[in-house]
Amino acid sequence: MRKSFKLEDLDCANCAAKMQDAISKMPGVEKCTVNFMMQKMTLVADDARFDEILDEAQETIHKFEPDCNIVR
Amino acid sequence: MNKKQIKWRNRIIVALIIFFIVFAATEFLPLDAWLGSETNAVYLEFALFLIPYLIAGYDVVVKAVKNIGHGQVFDENLLMTIATVGAFAMVFFPETGPHMAEGAAVMLFYQVGELFQSYAVGKSRKSIADMMDIAPDYANIMQDGELVEVDPDEVEVGDEIIVKAGERIPIDGVIVKGASQLDTAALTGEAVPRVVEEGAEVFSGCVNLTGVLTIRTTKPFGESTVSRILELVENASEKKARTENFITRFARYYTPIVVIVALILAVVPPLLGAGAWSDWILRGLTFLVVSCPCALVISVPLSFFGGIGGASKCGILVKGSNYLETLAKAETVVFDKTGTLTNGTFNVVAVHAEAGVDPDLVLSFAAYAETYSDHPIALSVKAAYTGEIDRARIKDVKEESGHGIRAQVDEHIIAVGNEKLMMADNIAWHECELTGTILHVSLDGSYIGHIVIADVVKDDAAEAIANLKAAGVKRTVMLTGDRDDVARAVAEKLGIDEYRASLLPQNKVEEVERLIDGTSSKGTLAFVGDGINDAPVLTRADIGIAMGAMGSDAAIEAADIVLMDDKPSNIARAIRIARKTMGIAWQNIIFALGVKFVVLILAALGIANMWLAVFADVGVAIIAILNAMRCMSVKNL
Repeated sequence: MRKSFKLEDLDCANCAAKMQDAISKMPGVEKCTVNFMMQKMTLVADDARFDEILDEAQETIHKFEPDCNIVR
Repeated sequence: MNKKQIKWRNRIIVALIIFFIVFAATEFLPLDAWLGSETNAVYLEFALFLIPYLIAGYDVVVKAVKNIGHGQVFDENLLMTIATVGAFAMVFFPETGPHMAEGAAVMLFYQVGELFQSYAVGKSRKSIADMMDIAPDYANIMQDGELVEVDPDEVEVGDEIIVKAGERIPIDGVIVKGASQLDTAALTGEAVPRVVEEGAEVFSGCVNLTGVLTIRTTKPFGESTVSRILELVENASEKKARTENFITRFARYYTPIVVIVALILAVVPPLLGAGAWSDWILRGLTFLVVSCPCALVISVPLSFFGGIGGASKCGILVKGSNYLETLAKAETVVFDKTGTLTNGTFNVVAVHAEAGVDPDLVLSFAAYAETYSDHPIALSVKAAYTGEIDRARIKDVKEESGHGIRAQVDEHIIAVGNEKLMMADNIAWHECELTGTILHVSLDGSYIGHIVIADVVKDDAAEAIANLKAAGVKRTVMLTGDRDDVARAVAEKLGIDEYRASLLPQNKVEEVERLIDGTSSKGTLAFVGDGINDAPVLTRADIGIAMGAMGSDAAIEAADIVLMDDKPSNIARAIRIARKTMGIAWQNIIFALGVKFVVLILAALGIANMWLAVFADVGVAIIAILNAMRCMSVKNL
């Protein structure tokens, strides 16, 4: 499944690049792009575990930017 | 500013005021005398400066601590915290002079810079988004005799929607009722409104200027022109330019290297006895302040984003930053002739009558003879004839395939066709000095003149070629399936360097490949076509540009850059936008890296202090962001 989400309070371009790298490497994630300019994350991942993966992605994002949230 | 930013700003202002009061107090009050010793005064200063430091930067410190937990060693919050805490820690060397003011100031200015960055990026992001905000968020439909607003996503193909004057058309469709003028500026950059009436195909994103229109939708909202354009531009920043990738790679190595050098600088020289610990540690800390590559990481993508946004405002859609980069290096521009440089429709360009014959008569007899024909040539003759055609006057029509038409009009025998038809009738005809399709006309067995039909070059085609030359394009080439003499006439008229005539579609790909081999190693080749039957060529060229693509999905799919209207003069504009964007991106790279390296060297030598370092960090970032925002303005290009 491929879905796009808005990211709230994504302030740091460098962190956005790091998030993208880290989320892309998570198991079950096929592809992830974090678009700093559009404040958007596009996630392509396993249908069955999509919500679970999304939660994990949120955790990963918090590691790089504690106040950045995925708008669901 | 959003809520978070306002809070942030207020916190910084409070911290700044306290900082200046403390700074003035420590500078001008005789603290040494009051507290008995210089050392005591240093301890008091430490405590006082800690107040604005914590007010301004507590969140940075908190983030830094959290990040250590996450194993993020090279995080900018952590590095900034180490640098400033380090400056405060110099209190353990009270005899070396105080650095608390610097520690607090670095944190303060770092926060001012971060706030500004967040504001500026948000602002430019918003202004680009607004520029592209051409998607209407509702559609009007009739429900039980009442007009209701619904989500355009819910409108099905074939439904009828109503667009009032002043509203944007939400979904592509065909007008079933009403006539109006449409402002297509959001899609094409074209200022002159388009007149539309019943039966006309209309595209979403256009503004209905005058009348009320009822439109039967032909596409779902998600596949309508406006949605496709938005999706394309939004995703454009995901296709990264090589310059951007270079910056990302650079950033990955820059921070760790600077941090390691900082560590070496702080520890090794004093161990070797080259000076005091305090001095070298301070130099190391100064290094840490300059260790964030933020200026580059933000400003370079922002430049591209601005360039793409600005271009889309002129009706030029760029599908990725990488294409902007390649286009900036365009050295050869190859054109398809028909539909790109010419209108792609046949028109009567001249009527040459024999001496003593009225040209209108020639045209009218030709039009009568061609009345029942649907051949493109016949259509153009009929379009050129302004009078009414009284079909009752046409007695007999016989089409001679490959030659022309014979007809009896009133009591006259008319033959209209090429030289073969004239030869068959034994009629002497005249050659014409013009190129194009020549239609000879005879009346009752005698020659009365000929009509010249040709594909007309676009009004701004010659200007477009001249502009390309002025923009630095070295070679312009025209490809066409047409005959050599037609091709030569067009090429000469427009000032195109070279042409290749009589090409079959597959020859065009081979020809483009040969031309790519002919470009220099740094130069690129752009191919401009109408996207209808040249998709393979568009794909093969370094950059494929499709023109007049409004409403043509195939063209949008195949091309790298899409010109919404069909004006060739926009090609030079696209190149100028690309060059400007690349110029600004490189200015930022050179400026940011230049300042950082100079400050790093000066810091290593002990000349640069923390004040200079914090400028090299946030000051440079701010200047680079402001510079990047210039990419958006493309009005005068």
